[in-house]
Amino acid sequence: MSSFTRGFGGRARRERDPRLPPGQYDTGADWPVLTAEVTPHFTLDRWSFTLDGLVDRAKTWTWADIQALPSSDYHGDIHCVTTWSKFDTHFHGISLDVLLDQVTIQPEARFILATSTTGYTTNMGLDDIRGGKAWLAWEFGGKPLPREHGGPIRLLVPHLYFWKSAKWVDRITLLHADEPGFWERNGYHDHGDPWTEQRYQGD
Amino acid sequence: MTRPTGRLVTIRLEPSHRQQQYAGQHFVVRLTADDGYTATRSYSVASDPDDDLVEICVEKLPDGEVSGYLYDVVEPGDTLEVRGPIGGWFVWDGSCPAVAVGGGTGVVPLVAMLRQAQRLGVTDRLRLAVSGRTAGHIPYVEELRAAGATVALTGAGHRLSADDLRPLADGADLGFVCGSARFAEALSSTLVTVGLPVDHVRVERFGPTG
Ligand SMILES: Cc1cc2nc3c(=O)[nH]c(=O)nc-3n(C[C@H](O)[C@H](O)[C@H](O)COP(=O)(O)OP(=O)(O)OC[C@H]3O[C@@H](n4cnc5c(N)ncnc54)[C@H](O)[C@@H]3O)c2cc1C
Repeated sequence: MSSFTRGFGGRARRERDPRLPPGQYDTGADWPVLTAEVTPHFTLDRWSFTLDGLVDRAKTWTWADIQALPSSDYHGDIHCVTTWSKFDTHFHGISLDVLLDQVTIQPEARFILATSTTGYTTNMGLDDIRGGKAWLAWEFGGKPLPREHGGPIRLLVPHLYFWKSAKWVDRITLLHADEPGFWERNGYHDHGDPWTEQRYQGD
Repeated sequence: MTRPTGRLVTIRLEPSHRQQQYAGQHFVVRLTADDGYTATRSYSVASDPDDDLVEICVEKLPDGEVSGYLYDVVEPGDTLEVRGPIGGWFVWDGSCPAVAVGGGTGVVPLVAMLRQAQRLGVTDRLRLAVSGRTAGHIPYVEELRAAGATVALTGAGHRLSADDLRPLADGADLGFVCGSARFAEALSSTLVTVGLPVDHVRVERFGPTG
């Protein structure tokens, strides 16, 4: 589709890692911080997480409630729309399936809007967070998740670009219709699949 | 194209389609090699939204794939694949008092804000503080100085502090911070420390080199 750029050879071509989606590079040990807001301070004793919207009854968990439920791990890669990917990350947290199983989801629910303590929002299909695809994560590499990366707790949806993995998440609202979140209103793609390069609106 | 210092290149683009633009937005440049390999990077716009051309200013990084190409290879008359403008958050329309803080190439979107303020005749609404290792690391440093910006050279031991920002933030409705991840993290907190409500501060963190 695109034409060639005169005189551009690209960086010395090495074997391209098959784990790297198109247009991405391996950031190695680095983990760039990309956030549009000031990093918030909050403590877990005052934190809670709510599932609301199209559920029979909205449910809120405290940190202690969440800790009492079975936790699990994500081992694998993450991909940021700003073109870095990070291989073999290790997050620990709770699968969203565990929380979704504790509410009765109304049949017309098809989308979700995730909200952070900062007011940041991001939207996706309900199916994008079900079936072992999404977590609330509080550990990275065996240590508490750093604040600038969304600690103490963030959403983790590794099969989509990382702006969907809302930092400091405290609410997920189930919706009948899709409602664009923060970046999705500001020019980014609605879905954000790294493998088909759904970066910006119109991709 | 101009090369204001040995490491910066200013490129003025003539997009084939023009869209409504806001001060603070960026464009995406995509380079394609003849075997289909692509590299995509974002560059903030320095020009006023009313400018006929879109101006970007790129710092050549050691071993930088795209910045090196834009610095060393691009010539006037070349065609580049660009997308934009992108971003509807890190933008200022000149209607409220604002304080804007930039580090290194993070000053580029602030220059668009400044040029817009000058065109609209509202320069009193925009207060600027910029930082870099030396003056040569701050794009448009003379233009910013002439506009009254606080210029802090870390190579000379001056780091922007709460004392620098407090008078600038006084009375501001919005704060903008743009630069490397580390710079943005530190200075956005400082703006909150000196009294800007946390949800009135907008931050743009520049890519992987933070
Ligand atoms: C919204 C936004 C606006 C921006 N605006 C500007 C702007 O106005 N001006 C500007 O100059 N920049 C801007 N940037 C940064 C810009 O997008 C690029 O990140 C920057 O130009 C570096 O790109 P590059 O291809 O030259 O460097 P890269 O090739 O990405 O490399 C960056 C550095 O990391 C090292 N590196 C990275 N990947 C590898 C690898 N695979 N192997 C070895 N080394 C590697 C390189 O040695 C190099 O020093 C902006 C970024 C964002 C997100």
